[in-house]
Order: sequence, then C-alpha cells, then structure tokens
Amino acid sequence: MNPEKVLFGFFIMLALTLNFGFYVGDIDNPDHHDVYELFAAVVVNIIATLLKFGDRSQMGAVMLASSLVAVLQLMAAALVWTLAVYTGDGELTPRAMASIVSLAGGAMLANVVSVVLLLMETMMMRR
Amino acid sequence: MNNIVFLVMRRMRQPLVILVLAYTVAVVGLVLIPGQDAGGNVRHMGIFQAFYVVSYTSTTIGFGEIPFPFTDAQRLWVTIVIYGTVVAWIYALGTILSLLQERTFQEAIRNQRFELRVRRMTAPFYLVCGYGETGSALVSALTEHGHHAVVVDMDEARTNLLKLEDLREYVPTLHADASRPQTLIDAGLGHHRCEGVVALTNSNAVNLQIALGVKLLRPSVKAICRADSHEVEANMASFGTDHIIDPFDTFAAHLATALHAPCTYLLNGWLTGVENSKVAEPVYPPRDGHWVICGYGRFGKAVHQKLKQQGITCVMVEATPERTGRPDCELIEGWGTEADTLRAARITEAVGLVAGTDNDANNLSIVMTAKDLNPRLFVTVRQNLEDNKTLFDKVDADMVMHPSTIIADRIRVLLDIPLVHEFTERALMRNDAWACQLVSRISALVDDRVPLVRTIDITPEQAPPLHCLIEEGHRVTLGQLLRDPWERKEPLPIIALMLERGEEEYTTLPDNDTALHVGDRLLLCGSAAAFTRLGWSLGHFGTLNFILHGAVGPEGWVWQRLRRRRRV
Repeated sequence: MNPEKVLFGFFIMLALTLNFGFYVGDIDNPDHHDVYELFAAVVVNIIATLLKFGDRSQMGAVMLASSLVAVLQLMAAALVWTLAVYTGDGELTPRAMASIVSLAGGAMLANVVSVVLLLMETMMMRR
Repeated sequence: MNNIVFLVMRRMRQPLVILVLAYTVAVVGLVLIPGQDAGGNVRHMGIFQAFYVVSYTSTTIGFGEIPFPFTDAQRLWVTIVIYGTVVAWIYALGTILSLLQERTFQEAIRNQRFELRVRRMTAPFYLVCGYGETGSALVSALTEHGHHAVVVDMDEARTNLLKLEDLREYVPTLHADASRPQTLIDAGLGHHRCEGVVALTNSNAVNLQIALGVKLLRPSVKAICRADSHEVEANMASFGTDHIIDPFDTFAAHLATALHAPCTYLLNGWLTGVENSKVAEPVYPPRDGHWVICGYGRFGKAVHQKLKQQGITCVMVEATPERTGRPDCELIEGWGTEADTLRAARITEAVGLVAGTDNDANNLSIVMTAKDLNPRLFVTVRQNLEDNKTLFDKVDADMVMHPSTIIADRIRVLLDIPLVHEFTERALMRNDAWACQLVSRISALVDDRVPLVRTIDITPEQAPPLHCLIEEGHRVTLGQLLRDPWERKEPLPIIALMLERGEEEYTTLPDNDTALHVGDRLLLCGSAAAFTRLGWSLGHFGTLNFILHGAVGPEGWVWQRLRRRRRV
C-alpha cells in the first residue's frame, strides 16, 4: 500500500463528497446550503488539485484539468456568495442562491469525472 | 519545457498544500472567535472578512483591525496566524529559490535552451563533438568562414570556455556525453540542416560510437572522425565513415611528400593554409644520409614506414622496445635526450632527426641536444600540447608536427572548400615539375601571403547574371570571365585550379577557352583584391556585359524597351 495513493484518493473523494453535501437541497433556499461546507469544499478542492501537480501521465493531465475546472467553479460560487452578502443588503436572495448552487453543481460534475478517472486508473492496474 | 514545468510543480506540491492548510486553519479560527462591534454586540467575522485579514497579515502588509477593532481573544489568534502563515510563505518561497539554484534544475533549463536554439537553426551547420584543442581550432576556423557549428563536450569547463571565446557566429553548446545517441539527436543530428558530424574526442571508442550513431541514424550526414589507431580506422571505414583522420599518418604523408616532391608539398601548404597568414617557406628534407627517429610509438612508426618507402635508412631510438615492438632497422635503446644515446645513433653523420615521443619536454630536449652535436640537422619535432607552442617556436625546428593543428586544418578544408581536397589528391599524382610551375605562377599573384582559395558555382544564387547569360545560350569562356573589370584587356590575377562539372567530373587547371556551363563549380585561387573585382563581374549585369563585349548595354527596363524599338 502506498500512503501517497491513500492520501490522494482521500482528498479526491472528500472533494466530491463535500461538494455533493453542499449541492443537495432546494436550489434557491439559503437554509439548505451551508457557507462553511462551501468553504471546506473550496479548500479540499485546492488541495486535491495541488496533489495532482507534477504527474506526467495522460491520466494525470486529465485529472489535473478536471480538478482545475472544479476549483474555478467553486471559487466562482464563493465569489458570488461574497458579493451577494457584502455588497447587497446582507441577505441572500433566492436568485443569488440558485446561481451559487448551480455553479457548485458544475464543480460537482468535474469532481465526478475526477473520481471516475481515479477508479478507472485503479482498475487498469492489474496485478 | 515540459521537464522544467513538471519539476517545479512536483517540488511545489508540498509547500503549497501546507500554505493552503495554514490559511484554512487561520480563516476558520477567525470565523469561530467572536468579536465585538462599537456598541458592544457580539459579531462574528464572515469567511470573506477573515480571508481578507489573513491575506494581509500573512503577507506582512497589515492594514489594521477590520471591520471592528479586535477583542483580545481575536488578537491572540491573529498572533498565532501571523507566525504560522508567514512561516508557510517563507517555506514555499525557500523551496522555489532552492529549486532555482539546484544543479539539476539549471541543467534542465540549459539543455532546454540549447535544444530550442538548435531546433531554430536555419542555416546549414556542423555538429562538433569534443571541444579540446582540435575542436576549438576547428570551430573558430569554421565560424570565421561564416559556417555554423554546434558543440558537444563532456567536460563542463571546456564548454564554459567556449562562451568566453570571441567567435563570429553564435555556437550552441551542450555539456553531455556524445557517445549516447540521444545526445547526438538533441544536438541536432536529426535536424534537416545538419551537414556533418565531426568526432574529435580524446577517446577512440567514443569517436567510433559517434560515427556509428551518425551512420545508423542519418546515413546521409557526413561523418568525419579522428582516429589514432589503425584498428579503429579500419572499423570506422567498414561502416562508411566519410573521412577518417589519423594525425600521425597525415603528418607522415606530408613528410613523405616533402621528401620526394617539395613543390607539391609547398602547393598543398599554400592552398590549405590559413588565409592572409605568411606563406610557409619551402622545406627540402635531405635524402643523402640516415635519419634518427626518437620514439617508436604511433608517430615514429608512421614516419619510419614512409621514410622506408622513400628508400631512406633510419636509426631508431626507443627506451622501451619491449612495449612498442622492435622496428626492422637499427635500434638504439635509450631516451635520446642524452648525448650518449644520440652519439650511438651516429647523430653527427645523420641528416635528419625526428623527435617523436609523446612528451614535449623530452622532444625539446632531444632537439636541443642533437643540434648541439650536429647543427646542420633537418629537425622534425612532435608537439603534443598547444600550451608549449612558444617553446616549439623558439627551438627552430624545420617541421613541427602538432596533431591538433593537423586535424583541424584538414577538417576545415574538407568542410569549407571540399574541392581543395579533390585538387590536392590529383596534384599528388602529378610530377613535382608541374607543381613547381604552379607554385611559381601562384607566387606571382600574391606577395608573401597565403592566397585566397574560393569556389564559385554557376548558379542563380552565386552568379545571377552569368547564369542568366549562359541559360540564354551565350557562350562564355573561362578566360572571358577572369578579366579585370577595371582594365578589360588585362586578365585578373586569379588562377582557375579546377573545374567540376556534373557528378565527379574534374578538370585540373582548365584552359581559358573552356566554355562555362550552368551548374559548373570553379576552384579559384588569387589575391583578395582580385576576388573583389571578380565579385563585380559575377554580381552585376553591367560589369559582366562590359568585360564580355567592351560596352555597357542598357540596363533599366525603359532603356531596354527604347533600344529594342529603335532596332525595329
């Protein structure tokens, strides 16, 4: 067992699960989506991206790309949240919430691709 | 490029992850710790505000306590945050800086740049493996003549030396092992403008490997190799190495030429000498008496063989005959550096001396001792190291054999003006009287400087007007072309040494009546001033018309139209 692989898999899975946890719920209901969960998803996604740095294989390149997409989407979601709260009247409108959650949904798709790729790579290793 | 990016990314992984973690902990802490607004109400910081505070504290910018003055609990946490995140930053920056200073990283960058330079080469170039004495002499001669070169050497000190040299063209340099095929490919063997590979390393085995690599990977590229032993030579020749140069055999052949055909030797020296240097004085090695050869190594053997062919008796002086083998002539055991040994070799009656050991100090000592005993000796001495040149200049030898110079000169001629090589090979077949006549003709053209030797192709690029005229069906002879554009009746002080027509069809000393054809290649020799004037005839329609017909025709489009109309 390679501890590096464990850590790698752990972060990729965690990125997806946190992302999913934030995503579930009514799309425009602020009560269903927690800001700290989004924060955690952003952080874990960044770490998952960093862990993919420096992998020269084709699979590694695609995984890095999908992770970068997820990070960009989540950052956009966080940005929308910040703008909505601090530049508006302090309340999240359902419209803003819907846009945040849909951005996070896109990121989740990228994270699913990452996990699928990870599973494929694991299955291709026949030993 | 890829290599460097991956190297950086791989190394930055850990510091960046640590930085992200430090930020996260700091942000979470600030969000959790309650603060107070001006009215004393409990206010929690938002994630955005916390991130903002951490960002400016960890980069040590420090804007103050926002949005409300901190409570002491918050200040305590921010203190911890400052140290934690600043240390994480320093760690990340330190990793980057140490990576930049690392040898492997710098090497990767240097190789990257080298490959890019080679890939972008647009002019034909030669790949020179081995930048020792021979290599540096060759590269400076090639760049002096406007050729391009790429250098590969194992020794970093030598490749660094190249950068200090004042060369006319930029020469990309790679510090790598040339015996690895990948090195040759990186250095441009696969490049379509690579004209030839020159293997000049110290090791026969490496030279052999290079030749082999060239002939297997790109058989169309010329391979020119240095070889010091006959077995390696035969090996290289077996798979089609284009030119194999053995400095000892080359010099021995020179000596033999000087012995039986002094004019041919002089002619060769003039045609292959460094332009504008003083011409070599003719040497006349004596034949009426025996020669003393000190050192029966590779050099001694080659010279001995040639002298024997000329029917000259030799006395060999060798300290370790059990190691070098015994020659089939008189052998005196000893170094030759002391008077006793030389006397035993009857130095006082000898006419020639060859000091040919592989030790410069010994060679110089042999020459000085021998000259003391017999001042009329014809002295040939082997110089092993370039550094000792001043000493060898002083010792007043008739011929100095310096392997590096010999190889560099030969390769320079082979690459720069290949026709000269063909010409000298043919000159060797002629008798000496022919060469003497040619030498006196050349010496009438130039003063005491080595003449310029140039090839001129009758192609649209090199001689557009001439090419055009011949294409149109005009007959232009060699004599007509080599006329002085300043004084039409006078011939230019240039001698046409050879004419190459089609594949491998050579005429030495072509007649003035020879009609020139398209695609002909001329080997000319003469003074620099004469070549400048020839340049006018080759490059200008007006000048060419003038030397051919004695009149300048209408050149511009309008005048040509007018002339034609008047004729009608």
